[in-house]
Amino acid sequence: MTSHVTALHDTHAHDDHEHHDSGASVELGFWLYLMTDCILFASAFASYAVLVGNVNGGVGGHDIFELKFVLIETFALLFSSITYGFAMISGHKGNKAGLLGWLAVTFLFGATFIGMELHEFGALIAEGHGPDKSAFLSGFFALVGMHGLHVTAGLIWMAVMMLEVIKTGLTGRAMTRLNCLSMFWHFLDIVWICVFTVVYLKGAI
Amino acid sequence: MLLGKLTLDAIPFHEPIIMGALSGAGLFGLAIIAAITKFGKWGYLWKEWLTSVDHKKIGVMYIIVALVMLLRGFADALMMRTQLAMATGGAHGIFPPEHYDQIFTAHGVIMIIFMAMPFMTGLMNIVVPLQIGARDVAFPFLNSLSFWLLVAAAALVNISLGVGEFAKTGWVAYPPLSELAYSPGVGVDYYIWALQISGIGTTLTALNFLVTILKMRAPGMKLMQMPIFTWTCTWANVLIVSSFPILTGALAMLTLDRYLDFHFFTSEAGGNPMMYLNLFWAWGHPEVYILVLPAFGIFSEVISTFSGKRLFGHTSMIIASGVITVLGFMVWLHHFFTMGSGASVNAFFGIATMVISVPTGVKLFNWLFTIYRGRLRFTAPVLWTLGFMVTFSIGGMTGVLMAVPGADFMLHNSLFLIAHFHNTIIGGAVFGYLAGFVFWFPKAFGFKLDERLGKAAFWFWQTGFYFAFVPLYILGFMGMTRRLNHTDNPLWTPWLYAACIGAVLIAIGIGCQLLQIYVSVRNRKQLADVTGDPWNGHTLEWSTSSPPPFYNFAKVPHVHDIDAFTDMKEKGVAYEIPQQYAPIHMPQNTAAGVYIGGFTLVCGFALIWHIWWLAIVGLLGIIASMLGRAYDSNLDYYVQPDEVESIERERFEKMGIDFDRYDERETARPRPTKTLEQV
Repeated sequence: MTSHVTALHDTHAHDDHEHHDSGASVELGFWLYLMTDCILFASAFASYAVLVGNVNGGVGGHDIFELKFVLIETFALLFSSITYGFAMISGHKGNKAGLLGWLAVTFLFGATFIGMELHEFGALIAEGHGPDKSAFLSGFFALVGMHGLHVTAGLIWMAVMMLEVIKTGLTGRAMTRLNCLSMFWHFLDIVWICVFTVVYLKGAI
Repeated sequence: MLLGKLTLDAIPFHEPIIMGALSGAGLFGLAIIAAITKFGKWGYLWKEWLTSVDHKKIGVMYIIVALVMLLRGFADALMMRTQLAMATGGAHGIFPPEHYDQIFTAHGVIMIIFMAMPFMTGLMNIVVPLQIGARDVAFPFLNSLSFWLLVAAAALVNISLGVGEFAKTGWVAYPPLSELAYSPGVGVDYYIWALQISGIGTTLTALNFLVTILKMRAPGMKLMQMPIFTWTCTWANVLIVSSFPILTGALAMLTLDRYLDFHFFTSEAGGNPMMYLNLFWAWGHPEVYILVLPAFGIFSEVISTFSGKRLFGHTSMIIASGVITVLGFMVWLHHFFTMGSGASVNAFFGIATMVISVPTGVKLFNWLFTIYRGRLRFTAPVLWTLGFMVTFSIGGMTGVLMAVPGADFMLHNSLFLIAHFHNTIIGGAVFGYLAGFVFWFPKAFGFKLDERLGKAAFWFWQTGFYFAFVPLYILGFMGMTRRLNHTDNPLWTPWLYAACIGAVLIAIGIGCQLLQIYVSVRNRKQLADVTGDPWNGHTLEWSTSSPPPFYNFAKVPHVHDIDAFTDMKEKGVAYEIPQQYAPIHMPQNTAAGVYIGGFTLVCGFALIWHIWWLAIVGLLGIIASMLGRAYDSNLDYYVQPDEVESIERERFEKMGIDFDRYDERETARPRPTKTLEQV
């Protein structure tokens, strides 16, 4: 299908006008979407910053954050960005097996990250430090949880893309989507670096 | 358990006014369904409209939603004015406070989110791709999805009338009042999900149009050559993508507070209600510029077209709009000077607010200079524009007055404020949309609207507006605050009567507009616009037929000037017929947007009533429809040249141009467009 459309595009190359749903437009649109997401995260960060001191007589950041644990979690996510990069390099070379292999590694790193985050949340709630206990904990669970939801969505998307590539190969459509997912994945990494700095490092000091 | 919080008690059987309104709406709905069935139009409606990805049809559907919601929101306004006119001197009027509170909340939410926004989005949908010479938007399916998300959200607001209740908090839903402790009912939940769903749709629309404008302009059209309406829409879209996520965040936090016992804005456990006000208005203030900037664009197009001149200061207009866009983000705190941020903070925001009047003043002078030495034709769109210039200036001045924090401490939450923002939103945004409605109606439907009724509508709206809102300014000075259910100050009574008369006058204006549509549809043969250019227009939307063919332009125009179509007319290439048409790449219609909108409605309703299993069903439905769409291979097709030729032939024959003879004559000598293309 895609090759058919591409052929037709070439036939009408004199029409130097962008078509709807073309790959470049999709990537620009997706990048703009990431900017809106950035503002959404900014709102969550700002709210967290306002509420961070309002511990309601309960625990603060330094009481509950385990920096070593979060550092491992952080490296799981950072490594997943590198491996996603390797996946895209394989993809651009047309190496389907390489792409799928690196995506699988990325997926495992991402899943490790989410698993560790869920473990941290579960432990906090079990110890009686759930989001209902103070405004600080509300802000913490919402900000970190929102990032976690994004990563989870990214993992689902990644699984869908692996199935797509297995079934239909490295089509133009698949590469456009993988590029968008790539932007999404790296974006979440950058957001996590901010989370790690603003929430965990500043909190633990 | 299976139905969450939903029981039969949720339906207000004991409220005769609500039940009357519901049965009226129900009967009207049944009548429409019966009519569609009788004329066998379901298939047509589904194939040609509901599943359409054509930006023009989506635009028309947006405006239909806006007009329906205008009637609903205006009914709320009439009820409020009637209540306040009756409930004076110890009387209690017709609405008890808990019902009245829902009315003013619904009025605000509907008018801003479900009337003004879809009206603006509808006009943008119809006009912007045509103005930039594009055949559709960048993401046609996403456009359809945005529309159906809006429909799902609007449906939630209307369902709240019959099932449960709407928020009683005012349209801003300030905590802690909007928190579970003080609003335990489903009203605020209806509010949250309606705004959240429509907000996501709006964000997607803005992304879509930004990419369209950046990527799909006709060859030759530089950014600074874009028509002014497209430019003001561009700025509005920049504002949308930068401010709507803040609303999304604020609503999500309120949701967490209400559903999962978080403490963002509660008055306990360290929550900070004022943070909601900051977040809400960091969206809410840019929002009013989102509404008014496209209206400024419409007035610019109207005044330049009907003066027969190029817009004075096209570049300065673009820059002024950009300055408003930036400043619009730096003034949100003026909505709560009384919060007590201290003199320095208040002074900063007060001065920033006043500074906005400078670029706005630039615009006003540009319009005046456009009229100067022009030959202004006093059509209905021009009347709306002139009415706007006077009315909006007054609204702007009262705004500058309230930008002084000291004055604001007196006027905060008084009827003076109510009068001020209606003065700018009605006199600015609504007048603009109504001008745009009359102006572009022939483009969308192929016939003009009746001129006499259009003018009558304007005069009723204009006088009604002053009758309704000048008394509110005076009442504000007299100390009357907003959101009162009944009053007992005899000095206020005459002004409350006058305001009620104003509302009735506006109602007559709206009646004129409905009648205008009816009369114009009936007389559509006499009012037909066969040329596609009924007003001697300046920009590309007038260069194609009315209504435009689904592919907009048989041949994508090359642009050499700000007023691209004027330029084409002057060079004599406005109605050129190419020797041969090329195949046109078009998107296929899809029902995926309807399905996703439907599942979103189910999901939203289930979340409001805590019917968790149904919410999961809705969510899975959304994901499944999205995946179905992502792997749909039937996305696009090519319109073949012979089909294009037969459509174009029909158009030119209607215009009295002999398609074949023109062709022969033109091929005999070198064509001007040919040479331009070679350049």
